[in-house]
Amino acid sequence: MSAPTIDHTLDEILNLAASHFKVPREKLTPDDDFFKTLGIDSLQALDLLTRLEHHFRIELPDYELQGVSDFRTLANRIQARL
Amino acid sequence: MLDLRQYASLGAALKDALERWPNESCLIEADRDREKVRLTYADFKTMARPLCRALEDADFKAGDRAAIIMTNQSKWLISAYSIFFCGGVLVPLDYKLTADEHLQLLAHSKARFLVVEYYLWRAITQSPEFAKLTAEIVLVTEAPVGAELRGAYRWEEFKRKGEPQFVPRQREDTACIVYSSGTGGRPKGCVLTHDSYLEQCASLTAWYPFWPGVRYLSILPTNHAIDFMVGFIGPFICGACVVHLRTLRPEFVRDAFVRYRITYVSLVPMVLKNLERGLRAKFDELKPGKRWMLDRLIGLNKMLTRRRPRVELSRQLLPQVHKAFGGELRALIVGGAFTDPSTLQFFYDLGIPVACGYGLTEACTAVTLNDLNPFRADTVGKPLPGGEVRVLNPDSDGIGEVAVRSRAVMSHYLDDPEQTAQTIVEGWLLTGDQGRFEEHGHLQLFGRKKNMIVTEGGKNIYPEDIETVFDGLPVKEFCVFAANYLWPQKGLGNEMLVLVVRLEPNQQFDDPLREEIVARNRRLADFKRVGGYLLWEKDFPRTAALKIKRGELATEIGAGAARSGVVGI
Repeated sequence: MSAPTIDHTLDEILNLAASHFKVPREKLTPDDDFFKTLGIDSLQALDLLTRLEHHFRIELPDYELQGVSDFRTLANRIQARL
Repeated sequence: MLDLRQYASLGAALKDALERWPNESCLIEADRDREKVRLTYADFKTMARPLCRALEDADFKAGDRAAIIMTNQSKWLISAYSIFFCGGVLVPLDYKLTADEHLQLLAHSKARFLVVEYYLWRAITQSPEFAKLTAEIVLVTEAPVGAELRGAYRWEEFKRKGEPQFVPRQREDTACIVYSSGTGGRPKGCVLTHDSYLEQCASLTAWYPFWPGVRYLSILPTNHAIDFMVGFIGPFICGACVVHLRTLRPEFVRDAFVRYRITYVSLVPMVLKNLERGLRAKFDELKPGKRWMLDRLIGLNKMLTRRRPRVELSRQLLPQVHKAFGGELRALIVGGAFTDPSTLQFFYDLGIPVACGYGLTEACTAVTLNDLNPFRADTVGKPLPGGEVRVLNPDSDGIGEVAVRSRAVMSHYLDDPEQTAQTIVEGWLLTGDQGRFEEHGHLQLFGRKKNMIVTEGGKNIYPEDIETVFDGLPVKEFCVFAANYLWPQKGLGNEMLVLVVRLEPNQQFDDPLREEIVARNRRLADFKRVGGYLLWEKDFPRTAALKIKRGELATEIGAGAARSGVVGI
């Protein structure tokens, strides 16, 4: 089975983030600063990372989040491991 | 109090520890729920020996500087020990800085030698500034097979056989250069001597002792002043064990408490609040009857521990809570930034002693600390043994600038006599923090004199350091300030940075400009970003050399505008 497209991955991330932090999905866009939009700190962002790991069945070291603050860049990091 | 007078250097004290407790556990490295490394003191010595020999062979001499840029792991401590063994000066850098910032501080510190984790080295080599790397020898850890290392050695390869020669140092020699801030702006490299560290170690362990079998959970970065002392120097000198956790994921932190039956841990407020959130969520899930009982037991525990912690009793009253922390926790130590008293009280009421302290890199680790005798949520504790703390020029409320005098205080700022002279005056370190002593000798903090903020994660952010990201902004002029510097408040918390903007004549603050500010702001790590902007109607006051007179401008803004005028971004 081939890896999903980056757009598909991005969409899944936005859906998961919305559901995990109970924020309306329509309020999230790919280039959003997720710290601001989701109202979270860096530790809570790690929670999201764990959720994404389980969903995509990959392991993401904490450092993959270093310097990342938008969904699109996060999607690229995940896509590289699919 | 621990007597360290026999030791002239950190290297000597650590070397002795490896000899005294060969069979005791000294270091466990866990990655999530996988234990990767478990070393006794004898094992640690065996692992450090070939690195020490290799450093010798590479002509690494007494006083030479060596930087470490790594996340918490056994190799961090092995590298640091080896550097001290060979008489070197350690430059511990924050792994969360950008590659350009790493290069800037490496150049400023003139570190000859660098030990760096692969993913960070990769970023450094990909930086346009890579050619400015000043380190002569680079060791890279965890490099994948076949990875291009651009002239660096693999950790596994930088080894030599044979017995290395210990290089003695004196107490007044430099042990570490630790940056309290300062990339982009003016780097503040605190030069700390062996005497600073040994004195601080003796002071801290007088109240929070370590001994063989004590297990310290290291989740703060080891380059951080708190964890370097409490998660390396202190435990090692006393024969205790450090557990390095390579993730901050809450589920693995919780697991580590239980798996390793942790005795102590240091946290910054952000992590403590996260733990509180998790616990409160669990309590909220309890059925009403169980919740009622839990609340009654917490109330009983609170009453019985009013004067002092009674950990054994608390463990019996609230066994499930304490089991969740491994059942052997003696204290959480919190510092690095403002901590909400209600969070401290929450943990204390559960029978988990939380000691809140205050310190700054310039003073090695801690200036004051709560000794839990009794527990206080509203103070940052009493001066540590061996140190003097004063409040200078107190106002009518007794609030003034906190000043410190002790052997733990830094020697000077690296290569910056002007900054040093402004900060250490007649032997007193001027902290720039506002405080007062209450009737029981506890220090309470009420804000900062300095134009800076401290994040919940314990990071110092100086506005001058981040202004470069706005260079070239299409406005007449701009300046960044800490909001509390513009509008002082008698308290900490609620800290943010404000971008003050003066537009060109007839310029409008339009959407493209706003978007440009937002885009530039987002180039900064999240904890460094400005929280809002303020439009200012007058030209900035400047010196003859055209430098902004920040103090004067801040006074004008404080008088002429309100904090409510700041627009969030």
